[in-house]
Amino acid sequence: MVRSASPSASLSGREPFSAEAKVSAKVQIRELNFFYGNHQVLRGVTMDVPALQVTALIGPSGCGKTTLLRCLNRMHDLYPGNRYEGSIQVQPDGTDILGAGVDPIQVRMRFGMVFQKPNPFPKSIYENVAYGLRLQGVNHRRELDERVEKALREAALWEEAKSRLHQMAHHLSGGQQQRLCIARAIATDPDVVLFDEPTSALDPIATSKIEELIVELKKRVTVMIVTHNLQQAGRISDMTAFMYLGELIEFGETNRMFTNPTRPQTEDYISGRFG
Amino acid sequence: MRSETFYREQEMLGRRRRASDQRFRLVGMVLTLGTLGVLGALLLNLAVHGLSRIDWQFLASFPSRRAGEAGILSAWVGTLLLMLVTAGVAIPFGLAAGIYLEEYAPKNRWTAFIEINIANLAGVPSILYGLMALGLFVYQFRFGQSLLSGGLALACLVLPIVIVATRESLRTIPSSIREAAFALGATRWQAVWHHLLPYSTGGIATGVILAMSRAIGESAPLITIGALTFIAFLPPAPLMSQPPFVSFDWLFSPFTALPIQMFNWVSRPGEEFQSNAAAAGLILIGITLSMNTTAILLRRRAQRNIQW
Repeated sequence: MVRSASPSASLSGREPFSAEAKVSAKVQIRELNFFYGNHQVLRGVTMDVPALQVTALIGPSGCGKTTLLRCLNRMHDLYPGNRYEGSIQVQPDGTDILGAGVDPIQVRMRFGMVFQKPNPFPKSIYENVAYGLRLQGVNHRRELDERVEKALREAALWEEAKSRLHQMAHHLSGGQQQRLCIARAIATDPDVVLFDEPTSALDPIATSKIEELIVELKKRVTVMIVTHNLQQAGRISDMTAFMYLGELIEFGETNRMFTNPTRPQTEDYISGRFG
Repeated sequence: MRSETFYREQEMLGRRRRASDQRFRLVGMVLTLGTLGVLGALLLNLAVHGLSRIDWQFLASFPSRRAGEAGILSAWVGTLLLMLVTAGVAIPFGLAAGIYLEEYAPKNRWTAFIEINIANLAGVPSILYGLMALGLFVYQFRFGQSLLSGGLALACLVLPIVIVATRESLRTIPSSIREAAFALGATRWQAVWHHLLPYSTGGIATGVILAMSRAIGESAPLITIGALTFIAFLPPAPLMSQPPFVSFDWLFSPFTALPIQMFNWVSRPGEEFQSNAAAAGLILIGITLSMNTTAILLRRRAQRNIQW
């Protein structure tokens, strides 16, 4: 079975200039297998997702990268016949989110998610952002107002949205809707935000805004992003994981992965020979 | 190079195809107009016979042996109360069943079996619901030949319509909206209550109104359970001036309804009773048409307000 290079090893190859060499793992995935019914989709995935960095998951269609992402917020639990094996520990508390007795709903409150297509609720801009907060029991008008504004500012949408907070979210453009979805995901201060190809439905300008935003976000939240776009992975991620046929083939610092991959499949994929 | 004959043949062919297009357009239009014409003729016929009969006296009088003094007071009050019972039962049960089947139930052989049988229920002749209500509600549960039994019978009759409407409107909500709610940590119940139900209210309300307009015109089940055709009194009032202010005695009162009153008048000899029947028919069809119009408007509004 293929093992990824341990992230500490790949991080040590970094310039000693940055303090990131001391970066701690936020999410520790160990021997993760995932099954849709009898069909095994993930095979022994083991990786440490570093805190406050952007980790990109790349690989050809069907390689399991979205499946892996959706393990992290237990989205698979919504559909019957899915099964996990292994463990996913979240630091600092070390909870195994696959452990028995862990409520998937609690997990989802720690892992925000942004989807492929913008999927705002058919409600006002304000209510979209406030919804996660309301689910967590925030009901005071003033606190809601403050946290909605904070989230919209962090999603770089405040200036465009502040005059029409109570208009329907669907009056926003596609790119604005996706930034609204990001605001909705970060409003509750999650530990990790999971992005599932967040720009695949957007034009280049909207895409570059979202990319800037993701880079900005890592200052305070750990980011994992599935992307089909290798340039995008190169532009915004610190770490890149290459997956193929349900296995993690290689995982390391993005610069090194793109310039000097150690495994032949990674090189073939990155140089465009397949995928 | 293509020869000149090729183009000429193509042109002929095109003309022939356009002609058959035109023919269908004409046939379709004639058939549509014909259908509408029948409805129009029916309405016109009712209007000619009954319109002059509709006045305050007609609405505010009990039935009578003298056609000129007879009215539909007990009939429309009965219809109104029946609809209250029907809606009060069919809406919660239908919504619950629809939500359960669409959002909660696992997709297995058992739920497939239930689904098929809900479709079957929608096709059961209404008189069979009447027979069931007679055996179950009237005799077994001893509700008697009352508004409660009648309303329950009609509720059973329209329950499949409400269930199907609920499921269809839930199904139009994209799964990405559900996932958005779940990803923020919503439970299934919260997703249903905060999102799915509000976004499908238009569709569900449309289905409920269509179900009610189906129930309002039914007479077979009511006759089967023994609704009376001659009722010269009103059921006890549901609201009172003294505590406890509400009373449910009306549920156990004998009753009549508009279609039954109509049926009674139609079966009597005499021109005047016929125009009473026509007038009652006009009122019934007026209620049905306005309910359907409301349903259509609601659906339009719902479609305009909600985009994905």
